[in-house]
Amino acid sequence: MELFDSLILLLDSTVRLTVPLLLACLAGLYSERAGIFDIGLEGKMLAGAFGAAVVAALTGSAWLGLFAGIGVSVAMALVHGVASITFRGNQIISGVAINFLAAGLTTLLGQTWFRQGGRTPQLNGDARFNGFDFPFADQLAEVPVVGSIYSELLSGHNVLVYAAFFAVPITYFVLFRTRFGLRLRASGENPKAVDTAGVNVNMMRFKAVLITGILCGIAGAYLSTGMSSGFVKDMTAGRGFIALAALIFAKWMPVPALYACLLFGFLSALGNFMQGAELPIIGEVPVQLVQALPYILTVVLLAGFIGKAVGPKAGGIPYVKER
Amino acid sequence: MKTKTLTKRLGVLAGGVALGAVLAGSAMAEPAIIYDLGGKFDKSFNESAYNGATGWAEETGMSFQDIELQADAQREQALRQFARRGSNPVVVAGFSWASALEKVAAEFPDTNFAIVDMVVDAPNVRSVVFNEHEGSFLVGALAAMKSETGKIGFVGGMDIPLIHKFYCGYAQGAQTINPDIEVFENYTGTTPAAWNDPITAGELAKAAFARGADVIYAAAGGSGLGVLQAAADEGKFSIGVDANQNYIQPGSVLTSMLKQVDVAVANAFTDGTTGEWTSGLNVMGLANGGVGWALDEYNADLITDEMKATVEELTAKIISGEIVVHNYLDDNTCPPAM
Repeated sequence: MELFDSLILLLDSTVRLTVPLLLACLAGLYSERAGIFDIGLEGKMLAGAFGAAVVAALTGSAWLGLFAGIGVSVAMALVHGVASITFRGNQIISGVAINFLAAGLTTLLGQTWFRQGGRTPQLNGDARFNGFDFPFADQLAEVPVVGSIYSELLSGHNVLVYAAFFAVPITYFVLFRTRFGLRLRASGENPKAVDTAGVNVNMMRFKAVLITGILCGIAGAYLSTGMSSGFVKDMTAGRGFIALAALIFAKWMPVPALYACLLFGFLSALGNFMQGAELPIIGEVPVQLVQALPYILTVVLLAGFIGKAVGPKAGGIPYVKER
Repeated sequence: MKTKTLTKRLGVLAGGVALGAVLAGSAMAEPAIIYDLGGKFDKSFNESAYNGATGWAEETGMSFQDIELQADAQREQALRQFARRGSNPVVVAGFSWASALEKVAAEFPDTNFAIVDMVVDAPNVRSVVFNEHEGSFLVGALAAMKSETGKIGFVGGMDIPLIHKFYCGYAQGAQTINPDIEVFENYTGTTPAAWNDPITAGELAKAAFARGADVIYAAAGGSGLGVLQAAADEGKFSIGVDANQNYIQPGSVLTSMLKQVDVAVANAFTDGTTGEWTSGLNVMGLANGGVGWALDEYNADLITDEMKATVEELTAKIISGEIVVHNYLDDNTCPPAM
């Protein structure tokens, strides 16, 4: 029974750690499906986290913070859009620039405004997204197995967690069951066909980049106002890149993206739980190994098991209308 | 003119430009302090150094130079600029400075340097090290007295010997109070990013709470805030580090392990400007007030008189040498329970 309880806690931690990856991964999915490579997920998430923490600290409202985070992230996404769609710049370079811009600006502005070494003030109460319990969570907690799954694993998270998981079926529906989704995917596969059909390719791509900005903003807000209580410089700590790896791993499909993010989330949760734990035969597992596991796994799985991951055909190529 | 050439030379990096502008305004023979990458206002180590410098300036009416680094590559350059412009003494805060200082100290034999948290063996360098293990011992004892489950936790920043030193003292202090106590040892990461990752540190803390710990000591720089938050969210206790962090989560931060970096910096400034400079090793421990634990209005309700008396007794025993706290750095091992 104790083992089962530990497992539930491990999965609970997995859920929390998966959310930022999942949101960023879906964000990348929209953009890359429309033919715009985006390695600036990390930067947008960081900027979103900063915007959310600043506004939440000033207004005391996590919701206003969330909107601010989305706003900042969308602004960054539009910079990427203008650079790579309108001016047909190199999408990778533009993405790198976004990452640098976000890392530098957040620290600089944070330091100038709050004088706390690039941090924002600690958030308390309504300035954070607090978890809420499902009905009867307390009463059901006593029921074996089902009760603890319900009360520990499913209940008690904040609203952004549920929103992130809900975004998976929505993304699937939007991309594969709507006209908008078909056109978006076509912009990434065969933009000329889209153009021939009388649809503005660049406008489609801008819409995709906009959605990317919104999702990255939510991911950032989750980091700074949901999971922790304030912004700390470079707090995304590479999660945007892990999300990118998950996206490739999932071959640019929404449901596999969920599984890939859950796997990465699980591995980092496992890493935290395994620290210092004694295993039979092996003894104590070195921290370094456990922490490197997600990266090792990405390489091994990509190289050996899932085969070649081929992205959208027109990805990375700016669309130029024939004259 | 000088500003111009200096700026031109450093113009490649934005940080370099700022460096040139700051240094161009410096006067002669003023003491200088250079912070580590954490930044001047990190609410912890560097801020403590800054407070020491400003406190010294207020007291003496003199002024000092300081600068924040933007990147690792600027270390030598910043040190050399201060030394060349006649700043004396030049204090650097942080163990990462060692290799840069070793080089620059040899180039400027007439300038006095001080490094906090590391030993650099040179005739004109004062190496200030803290007996963090002694301070950690005391907060470990407090944690063991506060714990009801007999399990406590430790979340370190980067997995390096210096942080093991904190853990080792903490565990020893806890075992002195309760020989059967279980201490969970965790580290946020193995790269410098581990100092700024409150999310991972918070998850580590939650994992330790889930395993039954009810007090967690965070020796993790900026990441420690995640531990403090996790403890407040779960209604458990945390212990801050370096500066007094009791106010961050009142009622949940049991105490903070104080490391008086400010005293070290102020001492270096005073000695350097009054001609009483001494180079060599300078150990700041419990005996000379270099380390300690924080008690203020934010945690007064959490510390009983009995706990306070016990800690004071332990303090006296450490100072008198009756209790010897093991220093991890001496032999790179942490002895098991005594």
